[in-house]
Order: sequence, then C-alpha cells, then structure tokens
Amino acid sequence: MLRVRDLHARVEQQEILKGVDLEVKAGEVHAVMGPNGSGKSTLAQVLAGREDYDVTAGSLELFGEDLAEMAPEERAHAGLFLAFQYPVEIPGVGNSYFLKAALNAIRKARGENELDAMDFLQLLRERAELVAVDEALLRRPVNEGFSGGEKKRNEILQMAVLEPRLAVLDETDSGLDIDALKTVAAGVNALRSEDRAFVVITHYQRLLNYIVPDHVHVLLDGRIVRSGGSELALELEEKGYAGLTNGSSGG
Amino acid sequence: MPTAADTIGALTERDYEYGFVTDVEQDTAPPGLSEEIIAFISAKKNEPQWLLDWRLAAYRGWLKMVEPTWANVRYEPIDYQSICYYAAPKSDDDRPKSLDEIDPEILATYEKLGIPLKEQEMLAGVAVDAVFDSVSVATTFREKLAELGVIFCSFSEAVQDHPELVRKYLGTVVPRRDNFFAALNSAVFSDGSFVYIPKGVRCPMELSTYFRINAMNTGQFERTLIIAEEGSYVSYLEGCTAPMRDENQLHAAVVELIAHEDAQIKYSTVQNWYPGDKEGVGGIYNFVTKRGLCEGRRSKISWTQVETGSAVTWKYPSCILRGDDSVGEFYSVAVSNNRQQADTGTKMIHVGKRTSSTIISKGISAGEGQNTYRGSVRILRSAEDARNFSQCDSMLIGDRCGAHTFPYIDVANPSAQMEHEASTSKIGEDQIFYCNQRGIDTEDAVSMIVNGFCKEVFRELPMEFAVEAQKLLEVSLEGSVG
Repeated sequence: MLRVRDLHARVEQQEILKGVDLEVKAGEVHAVMGPNGSGKSTLAQVLAGREDYDVTAGSLELFGEDLAEMAPEERAHAGLFLAFQYPVEIPGVGNSYFLKAALNAIRKARGENELDAMDFLQLLRERAELVAVDEALLRRPVNEGFSGGEKKRNEILQMAVLEPRLAVLDETDSGLDIDALKTVAAGVNALRSEDRAFVVITHYQRLLNYIVPDHVHVLLDGRIVRSGGSELALELEEKGYAGLTNGSSGG
Repeated sequence: MPTAADTIGALTERDYEYGFVTDVEQDTAPPGLSEEIIAFISAKKNEPQWLLDWRLAAYRGWLKMVEPTWANVRYEPIDYQSICYYAAPKSDDDRPKSLDEIDPEILATYEKLGIPLKEQEMLAGVAVDAVFDSVSVATTFREKLAELGVIFCSFSEAVQDHPELVRKYLGTVVPRRDNFFAALNSAVFSDGSFVYIPKGVRCPMELSTYFRINAMNTGQFERTLIIAEEGSYVSYLEGCTAPMRDENQLHAAVVELIAHEDAQIKYSTVQNWYPGDKEGVGGIYNFVTKRGLCEGRRSKISWTQVETGSAVTWKYPSCILRGDDSVGEFYSVAVSNNRQQADTGTKMIHVGKRTSSTIISKGISAGEGQNTYRGSVRILRSAEDARNFSQCDSMLIGDRCGAHTFPYIDVANPSAQMEHEASTSKIGEDQIFYCNQRGIDTEDAVSMIVNGFCKEVFRELPMEFAVEAQKLLEVSLEGSVG
C-alpha cells in the first residue's frame, strides 16, 4: 500500500529526513514514535505533498504509484488522508459544506457520481454517529472557534466521511484530555478494516493503549532506528527515547 | 437570471401583444460639453424648462469644481471635452448581428457564469427578437405593479409622466453640486430608473433594471431616484453578474433614495463593468455617488454591493439618518484583481436620536489590485444615543496586491456607542493545502475560502443574486493563485 524507501527530505535548506524506510500493507496499523524534532510531522507533510517540503532522495510509492508525481489533491483522490496536527480554520465555510465539497471532489476524480445534498446529509449523520461527533459541530464553520479537542474530533469525522485507504494521523492525541483521547481512539478503531491502513504518529505511548498498533517504529533524527511490535511502545515508555539511541539497529 | 430568461422564452412563443415601437432618431451630439450641448440633451428628451435650468445650474457649478484627487486610485487624466454626452440608442444596423461578432473572451465568461444563450445575446447587445420581446416582459411586470400604485419606469418617462414627483425629490439627497462627478451627472445625465412606492405598499417583487429594456446602454451617466412613502418596502436590484462592455470609459452615476416614516429600501448592486485587460487597459472608470436619506422615523436603508468590475471604482453609498430611530446599513464586497483599483466605502451621518448604523466591508485584493476601504461615521450633536458597528476585513491573495483602510469617526455627542473592528488576512497556504489534502483543487479552494470570507455580505443579497455573486467571485479571481 505505502512503500517509502530511503526517503530524504528538507525544509528550508535543512535536511530533516535522512533515509526513512517504511512499508505499510492494507489492514495494518503502524505507529511512528519519536521525540520532538525527530521528523515525525515532516514525514506526514511529505506524504501529503506539502509544497515547501522537498524530497531530495529516495522514493515514495502509494498504491503502486509514484507519489512525487502527484499533487496533494491527487493523493487525496487516490485515498490518502492526513489528520492534521493543527487543523486549519476556514472562517465562514460551513463544516458540512466543506466536507461535501471534499467528498464530491474525490468521487468526481474517481469517476463516481457526486452525492446530492440529501444523500450526503444521511451519510454525514451516520458517520458523525459512528465517531461520536455532535451534530452541532457540523453546522459551524470549519474549525473556527473549535476547542483543541473539537478540532481533532472533526479530523476524525472527516476521515470517517472520506473513507481513505491510508490515513496518516499526525499527533492526533496532542492536547487531548483522557476522555477526548478515548473518543478519538474509538473513532479510529471503528474505522479499522482489512483494506484500510493507518500510520499513527505520536509522541506518547498513551494513545497506543487505545489504538493498538501492529507495528511500532521509532524515528530519531530523521531515521527509523527501531521497529517492532506493539511491545516496543511499552519498552519506550519505560526507557524513554534516550534508552534506544545506543544499540539501535537502524531502519 | 435564469428565471427571467425562462419568462422571456415563454413569452417569445406568444404573439406580440404590444409590439415594439421604436422611433428614435439616430443622432449623436458632437463631443464636448457646453451649455448648448446640455440644452440639446434636454430638448432631445423633451424636458420642461425647470429641468433644463437645473442641469445648467449643475453645469455652472461643475465648471468651478476640480476633480477630486484624495482617493487612493491612479488613472490617466480624463479629457471631458472629448466625451460625447448624448448618443441615441443604437439601431439594429449598428448592433452585432450574432454572437459570432462578440469577443470570444466575453463569451467564455458568459459560459462560465452559465448564462443562457438568449440572455447572452441580450447582454452583448445582439439585435435579435428576444431583446425586444423582453419589453413585453417588462410591460407585464409593470401592469402588475401599477395595480398597487407602484411606479417603476425610466427616468425620462418619469420626467414626462410624473414631473411633480421628480421635481419634488430630484437633488434633495445628492445636491446637484455635491461633488465633481455628481455635478457632471446632474448636468448631462442620460437616463436611469425611477421608483415610487406609495404609502403602506410592500412591493411584491424585487425591482430590477433587468426588466427595463431601455436601461441597457444608459450606463454612462445614469440617474436613479427611489422614493418609499410611509410604511412601504422595496427591494431594488441594480446591475448584473454578466460582464458588461461599454464603449464609454467614464461612468458617473448618481443614485438618490428617500425613505419616509417606517419605510424600508433595500438596494443591492452587482457591479461587473469591464475591468480592462491584465494590464488594466480599456477598463471602465466608475465614479458613483449613491446616497440615501432616512427622512422619517424608524425608516431603514440598506446598501449591499458586490463590486468586481471596473478598472477604477470610486463609490461610497451613504445614509443620512435624519429620522429618529432610523437605521442605515452597508454591506460590501469589493474585489480588485490584476490592475484594478477600488476605493470604496460608506458614510453614515447620524442626525436623529437613537439612530443606528452597521458597516460590514470585505475587500479582496489579488494580482496587483489595490483595494481601499474609506468610511466615515459622523454622530452629530443632535443624535442622542446613536450607535454604530463597523467591521472592515481585507483579504490578500498573492504578494503584489494591496489593502488599505481609512475609517473616519467623528462624534459630537458623548452618548454615542461606537464599535470598530478591522482585520487583514492573507489567504493562507495552509488553508489551501488543507483543502487540497481533502481532495479540493486550488482554484475551488480559493473560491471557497473567499466565499466564506464574504458570507456576511452575501447573506444580505436576495437569494438568486447571492448564488450568482458567488459564481461571479469565482470567475473574477480565476487564476489569481499560482
């Protein structure tokens, strides 16, 4: 599904990713953990195709296609979704209007029929219930005046509506209290399926108590230094990132 | 406006009920401005002596005035003696015979706006039957209105048929020597609209110049007068979302509104005159004086404008709040793309007690466009407990454009409550990327973000107009983001 090979990327002349390898198959949940500044968010932005992030070496393949050739919206059409660490506010644009435009843009690109207002509303209600999002949120402008928790839940709702094949969650747990964290995790779990994969980027092990990953990768200074099963997250919790720097196997 | 087109379509299939009578001599005054020319215009229109005198007084005032230079706009000097101040309506022979003769770029824009073919022909001034048939549409509407005592006709007709009303109100809100462009208009105005709503009548339909066929090609020095008697209501739509070409580069219109006790006037404009090419060549200079007088108690005047056209816009629809408890509103979206310059805003003059005004201005600059908000709120000593709320937001698209805000506030009564909010934002790359990531391409993302920005103004527009205005914004800003 996703194949990242020896990925090097820079932001404003500074090399952040220094050779990342990652392979994600359908149905899998991968956690990418690492301290601040290790390159976690850069990885997410590069996957989504953010303009100022230059891939200087290596390759990125999504569903067998070379990502470097695809604009951000084309990646979205292909089924890539990024839950933003800092969801963006779009004043005056209704949340449900925005989602309908997004869904229909994706459907159109795939040669599917666009949903009309009635069908969309039904889908939206269904999905909102699935990920436990209050309907009042749907009527407000996109992320405008949302609390931190509401923004993150809104990202999960968008994911539920757009039904991506690969979802990248960029520090979706940051700034959430434990109840919000549980809601968000439950939403993600509700969307887990055999043909959908997740890359969960997080700083803390805490989230992984609720979203249990198949694979855990530790990103340090732009490289994946350790990979393992969900037990690796617990080891990290115990030893901290510093405990891993020695004797790492590289990635 | 598809509904109008449908109506036209339906009517063209009927036999002529009224036919079309045209009997205008095809002549044009020589270029230049003088008392003789004004007398010629007045004679052509068969005007009474008092109106000629009125025009001449305006002209004599104008001669002593100088063109204002305080606006934040730059343009080539206008040679007022090279302009032709009277041209009779064009004959069929002078009109394009079909759309094939129209600039393909304009046709492409019509397509984008989804304007039906018949209507395209009408807008482009093609000599076809549909153009004349819309006269019967207008007639039908007018009959309906006449039953209620509503007068809706061209200014020239009003001078002939309702001289007492014209004489009573003309120049009472915008005096003939109010400013340079208003004085010029007063001297040479060609035609325009006249609306009179009798006491207690709620006008049942939006009045639009669109239904007045002879409103076409009178754009240069248009004069509009709307009078709402006690307890009446009217919603008036001016302009059209389709781009309008005009051979006349200078436009100087005057609009006067008078609202008596408990009357309400809602005046909505979509201005889309030709903005010129990407370098700004050939665009319209639009110098407009619009003012409303809230004469009676509890009267209300709302201006809503969507300004996307013209190379230079100079326009400040204003309200004089004379009646106690009267209300003035100004909602504006102004776009300047490429080399367009807009200096627009409003004046709210509070005279009566407990008068209140609201100003919401949204300026959008793209390309090398320059957008200026200029507003003035004056609370006179007599205006006890007056209130004003102003909000001026600017949005920048790209890094070669500019946004400027000049709010003037002048308070002579300490009981006034004033609120002013202002913001400037740049359409964010992060916003666009967020939309992109959700599958929305950049062009759609920009139009969505801009429409969201303008929402508070669009919701003041009549439903149908609002949809068109959104579409128009989309087309106006096309290609403004890499």
